[in-house]
Amino acid sequence: MADQLAIGSRRGLRPALPLLLPAYLWLTVAIFLPLSAMVFFSFMTDLPLAGKEWSFTLGNYAAFFSQSLYSTLLFASLRLGLEVTLWCVVIGYPAAYVLAKVLKGRSREAIFLLVILPFWSNGLVRIFSWAMVLREGGILDTALNAVLPFKINIDLMYSYPAVIIGLVHSYVPYMVLTCYLTLQAIDDSLIEAGRSLGASRRQVLWRVIIPLSMPGLIAGAALIFVPVVGSFMEPRILGGRTGTFYGTVIEDQFVAVFNWPLGAALSFILLAVVLIILALAAPVLRRAG
Amino acid sequence: MATTRMLEGLGRFYIALLLGFLYLPIIIMAAMSFNASPFYQLPFEWTTDWYASLWQNDQLIAATWNSIEIAVITTLISTVLGSMASLALYRYEFRGKKVLQALLFPPIAIPWLITGTAMLIFFFGVGIGRGLVAILLGHVALALPYVIVVVSARLQTFAPELEEAARSLGANQWQVTMRVTLPWIMPGVIAGGLFAFAVSFDQFVVSYFLSTPGQTTLPVEIYAAIRKGFTPEINAVSTIIIVVSMALMLLTARFFKFGGEK
Repeated sequence: MADQLAIGSRRGLRPALPLLLPAYLWLTVAIFLPLSAMVFFSFMTDLPLAGKEWSFTLGNYAAFFSQSLYSTLLFASLRLGLEVTLWCVVIGYPAAYVLAKVLKGRSREAIFLLVILPFWSNGLVRIFSWAMVLREGGILDTALNAVLPFKINIDLMYSYPAVIIGLVHSYVPYMVLTCYLTLQAIDDSLIEAGRSLGASRRQVLWRVIIPLSMPGLIAGAALIFVPVVGSFMEPRILGGRTGTFYGTVIEDQFVAVFNWPLGAALSFILLAVVLIILALAAPVLRRAG
Repeated sequence: MATTRMLEGLGRFYIALLLGFLYLPIIIMAAMSFNASPFYQLPFEWTTDWYASLWQNDQLIAATWNSIEIAVITTLISTVLGSMASLALYRYEFRGKKVLQALLFPPIAIPWLITGTAMLIFFFGVGIGRGLVAILLGHVALALPYVIVVVSARLQTFAPELEEAARSLGANQWQVTMRVTLPWIMPGVIAGGLFAFAVSFDQFVVSYFLSTPGQTTLPVEIYAAIRKGFTPEINAVSTIIIVVSMALMLLTARFFKFGGEK
């Protein structure tokens, strides 16, 4: 690959610089400097604005470690991330398998597009759409009561399951996408070879297909777990009062309580957790890439 | 053989279930925007009143214009800057190239909650403050990596010998780029631009932290409305948004194969 590219590519950073600078300057100003500022800020007592008194402190981090509320919520968010990721594997992996190995030609292309289409549409609106389904007197409630002979009240709205359902709905296309890409790359002759050597369907699945598609599973899991741990809009809309998570507490610090330094510290702790998770997933992904 | 066929049938049925799970809520939400009852009560009674009343909602219309404006400017800036960067990353070999490529992933991989709050802090600190300019700055940064990834993918299919041939025939660097390379990567550039538009138009989290009353985007306005209580008007505007963004992505799919199929 490198040899092939070498024909057209030339050495030196200098000719590349004018093309690279605008984009990377923009990323620096809008992403990397803000992230650094957040770290800096998390060690301050107050906003360094409008002549306010401020000094350096470890107090914002002390707050995280001394008040069990924050670590409890972080664990609640990690658990939420884990549950949503598992559901996405359970629901998404078989779908990816069917898409990659059962469906053929145009119908596969069309259905694949249909599965990932919602993912690229507005996430907020899709979460709102579940409120229509889950609320008391909503569609699910009405439909079940029309079918069942006895009266039941389905009121999933403003509950933990509602948050899970909404998030799984939001992120399952990611899992289908990443697993589909790795499953599609598995040579069918490997599967046939396994079968003809006497392996059962189940053995082929566990010994051949799943190990070979592991990079897709890991990539999907990382891409789902990370944003779910930092979610706040979904728990707010579908969880109501039960929807207090680590993300919603960070949101509060910035839009309601206005304790920005504490918010920055909490954000930075979340960032650290996220980076550790991505670093753990990276070797598996690099081997695949 | 019979079991194989049965399993295939089961697989198809399963995909149908998944599509139902993905689309039913959206369809129900859309249906409710045409239902007369303000409390979403059945039986269904057809009306377009909720759409009509959207036209009276000046706040919502102002936010919509902001969203469109920001998405268009974001698309233009990030497509141009992103394509330039992709070309440089494709064409030149230099030390630190891997680092530059790796730097594209933080904006995609770090949760928007963190990026958004960090931007809020920084923009406040340097005097940009909140508002449409801050939102635009943020959106372009979020869209850039997508453009670079998509355009770079397209560049991988480009034969560098073509540039070499054009150069040996006497074309200068600018002519090579505009007449040979750019036409080839155009589908990638268009797909990248459409991605950028979608990233900006649907972006909620970052806009939410960077907006102020009066300088806000449509998703932020919708979130505020949802938190006040559900109304069929929200269904109507949500239906419009979802139709627009799905149409956009279908258009993108024409230029860019997501599945990397042959």
